[in-house]
Amino acid sequence: MDAIILQILNGLDKGSAYALIALGLTLIFGTLGVVNFAHGALFMIGAFCAVSLSRLLQLSYTTIDETQKDFLGKPLKVETAYVESWFGPELGSAIIDWAVPLAILLTIPVMLFVGYAMERGLIKHFYKRPHADQILVTFGLAIVLQEVIKYFFGANPIPTPAPSAYVGSLDFGVMLGFDPNVIIYPYWRLVYFLFSLIIIGAVFAFLQFTTFGMVVRAGMADRETVGLLGIDIDKRFTLMFGIAAAVAGLAGVMYTPILSPNYHMGMDFLVLSFVVVVVGGMGSLPGAVLAGFLLGVLQSFASMNEIKAIIPGIDQIIIYLVAIVILLTRPRGLMGRKGVMED
Amino acid sequence: MGILEVKGVNKRFGGLQALGDVNLSIKENTVHAIIGPNGAGKSTLLNCLVGKLIPDSGSVMFDGQSVLGRKPHEINQMGISRVFQTPEIFGDLSVIENVMIPCFAKRDGAFRMHAFETVAQEKDIVEQAEMMLADVNMLDKRNMHAASMSRGDKRRLEMAMCLVQNPKLLLLDEPTAGMARADTNNTIDLLKEIKEKRDITMAIIEHDMHVVFSLAERITVLAQGTPLVEETPENIKGHPKVREAYLGEAQV
Amino acid sequence: MFGLDKKDTKFLWIVIALTMLTPILLNPFPTDSGLAQFNAGYPALMQRFAIYGLMAIGFNILFGLTGYLSFGHAAFLGVGSYAAVWMFKLLSMNVIPAIILATVVAGLFALVIGYISLRRSGIYFSILTLAFAEMSYRLAYSVFTPITNGETGLQIKLDDPRVLDGAATDGALPVPGLFGLNMNSTYTVDLGAWSFDLNAGYYFCAVIAVLGFYMSLRIFRSPFGMMLRAVKSNQNRMNYTGLNTRPYTLAAFVISGMYAGLAGGLLAAMDPLAGAERMQWTASGEVVLMTILGGVGTLFGPIIGAGFIKYCENIFSKINENILHDWFSFLPDSLESVVVWFFARFVGEGWHLTLGVLFMLIVIFLPGGLVEGGQRIAAWYRNRGKSEDKATKQPAE
Repeated sequence: MDAIILQILNGLDKGSAYALIALGLTLIFGTLGVVNFAHGALFMIGAFCAVSLSRLLQLSYTTIDETQKDFLGKPLKVETAYVESWFGPELGSAIIDWAVPLAILLTIPVMLFVGYAMERGLIKHFYKRPHADQILVTFGLAIVLQEVIKYFFGANPIPTPAPSAYVGSLDFGVMLGFDPNVIIYPYWRLVYFLFSLIIIGAVFAFLQFTTFGMVVRAGMADRETVGLLGIDIDKRFTLMFGIAAAVAGLAGVMYTPILSPNYHMGMDFLVLSFVVVVVGGMGSLPGAVLAGFLLGVLQSFASMNEIKAIIPGIDQIIIYLVAIVILLTRPRGLMGRKGVMED
Repeated sequence: MGILEVKGVNKRFGGLQALGDVNLSIKENTVHAIIGPNGAGKSTLLNCLVGKLIPDSGSVMFDGQSVLGRKPHEINQMGISRVFQTPEIFGDLSVIENVMIPCFAKRDGAFRMHAFETVAQEKDIVEQAEMMLADVNMLDKRNMHAASMSRGDKRRLEMAMCLVQNPKLLLLDEPTAGMARADTNNTIDLLKEIKEKRDITMAIIEHDMHVVFSLAERITVLAQGTPLVEETPENIKGHPKVREAYLGEAQV
Repeated sequence: MFGLDKKDTKFLWIVIALTMLTPILLNPFPTDSGLAQFNAGYPALMQRFAIYGLMAIGFNILFGLTGYLSFGHAAFLGVGSYAAVWMFKLLSMNVIPAIILATVVAGLFALVIGYISLRRSGIYFSILTLAFAEMSYRLAYSVFTPITNGETGLQIKLDDPRVLDGAATDGALPVPGLFGLNMNSTYTVDLGAWSFDLNAGYYFCAVIAVLGFYMSLRIFRSPFGMMLRAVKSNQNRMNYTGLNTRPYTLAAFVISGMYAGLAGGLLAAMDPLAGAERMQWTASGEVVLMTILGGVGTLFGPIIGAGFIKYCENIFSKINENILHDWFSFLPDSLESVVVWFFARFVGEGWHLTLGVLFMLIVIFLPGGLVEGGQRIAAWYRNRGKSEDKATKQPAE
């Protein structure tokens, strides 16, 4: 029982990331009819927003403190971050410590802009082209984005820690009446899970309760009819692309303490997120979320030693296996609408 | 005994009874029209004949064999060809290739790995296709890109593709839908010409009464998924049941 | 000749001539001239031209003719490589059994994957093949380590059985060969300032690639090829014409998988090792790019695409900032450093960036690939000639 709870918890954070990326992919696919292979790159850009901000905040100047000597007997060089000198050492170091959550504020405008630029500059011209062309051009874009990031940040993963207040783990088991240290769960993963729930909730609320969201949902159901109503659907779809990009970016920012960002993390997550979208059902937002969590949890179950002892290697392939079985038995996915890309 | 025998066919979509106890018999070498108001179940019936839909109950016998449960390509191999509402052709291929493909299908069956002959070496097939094109007056367009032709020519090409297989039964799904009067007349002439030149059984689903009365020898009227009457065109014209179906009970 | 019409026979002869003369054509610059860095006529690179050309030809039979975009073809390449290396380990260093087994195993693998994937079309098909390839890649790293040797990659060893060859005598690792002709043996011709490497391995690959090209030419011209194009054009009409599309697409998938397996076998025959990274989906993407770049559905396009990519990969990776400084030394200093900085991003390590940019540019501006680009330029040139003719004639009228 405790092992099961532990695996469910372990799967949740990865599942959250899958769900968020898949949500964005589905929004784009559902509204614009575009298969976006560069969506993983957006996730990665979000993660690197956190890296950039934490580096920016740590920018410092050097002063020579005559009163102290280093081990060579020379005056000690002291590095002070600008932030600390501006806001005072206490608040300054707190700001640096909180770089990752603060990066959310940077990520939202950056991702909205990136999404806007991508849609207006590139994707727009591919609405009427075949899916194969869309796949290929966004695949090219993903390579470009990945290489640009690699140039600026190097090829190695960059550890970006969570605020020190969240570094420890929560002993979840005690709360449920188990022995201590049986089910422990890192605080940040819990934060990530809650954060993703908030984002998912916000996206759904936005689509459900605003007129804008209503138009977008109508557009997902039947694009042509909405166009006939005289609503400038294109403009709204551009914004929708920006929002999808922002969701992917936010998923990336908050994921940095869990996985040190590297330039190919986007591609790694993209393949899996596609699988998630397919399992959930092309064009179904709840399906994407459900499948994201489901596959995350399944993956963590598959990596249990007990399971691996029975079927070796299952942890590596479980997601693909599920996708293949789903595609062959229920081509429209778990919650896909009938007739949407079923062939 | 007709070449096509439909007996007691039912088809439901959820709560909607699309076809209710349809019986239909199409005699060899006749042009049989199936007419009826919108939503009468004409297209559903057609789709049941070609294997796109499977009826909930009943039987569809073609040439003494059941077509139920067979795939569209198997049904075609039995001798049923179909013309679509909007012409379905191979747009990326040339006109002559469009006609050669059904020839290959007729000769070699549903699949054959003939990867080592060139198309040009298949003299019989080329000849057959050219004769067919000459028949429909399209020989001069033989090397044209099929997608670049006018709609009328596409329709003509599609007919040629069906006819070159010498089908025992040709199904036409609203062959003149959305056409201008002149094009419609051309299509009628084309079909009449085909009928004169060869022995062929045709089943036409049609909205346009002009087309129906110019071509059909037998007419079945469908309404709400059930055949009302089956008659010759002369007898259909003043038939009270037909009026009722088309004009509604209010006017009776 | 060869069961082809006149035009195609000529075409085939041109391809044969080009492949046979490649070592000479690709070394146009004298060995000690500054431009020698643009020479591509060294064995390892030429082998890659032939091998990836072969793979792209095969991929084109699937993607070009039927329109099914597979994102998992690298898996067949990898499987072919593993099969070939195992043949070297167990049977003999002769390349013939190795490439035969590579082709057969890849074909069987493609049959299984194709049978499942082809039940869907469009984007679903792409994702299914992608999933299968990723799965193979992961499995090669984990469970199948006894067969694939995991991250180290599969290599030949001195104590491998090699039942046909007998024990190695001189203590050096044996080299793959063709009945005694070692694949790495090279005959260098020095002609004045030029030097040409005639390499056994390259010629072996070239002969196979030409055979592969001939096969694809036959398929393109055959009724089977016409059916495949019909699949791409209108599957609905095919079904109602009495044709079963699935065996056609499956046959195309298996054939193209066999081409990829053969290419993988050749890679191993040139350098007897195989690693899982060959199966990664970026590798699949590269094949797609080659085909697109050259021209999807054209006969010659994939070869041009493969050659172009492999050449650029090689040349671009070699260029470094010093060379760029040399080139742009005529510019004013401040401008030079900017220009050099900019171009340096695309060369050396930056080759992948170039690849990505190229990918986008081609898909956006030249969906028909280089072949179509060439045709467009030719057409433009002809039209320009005509309009000039008109312009000059008009006053006379």
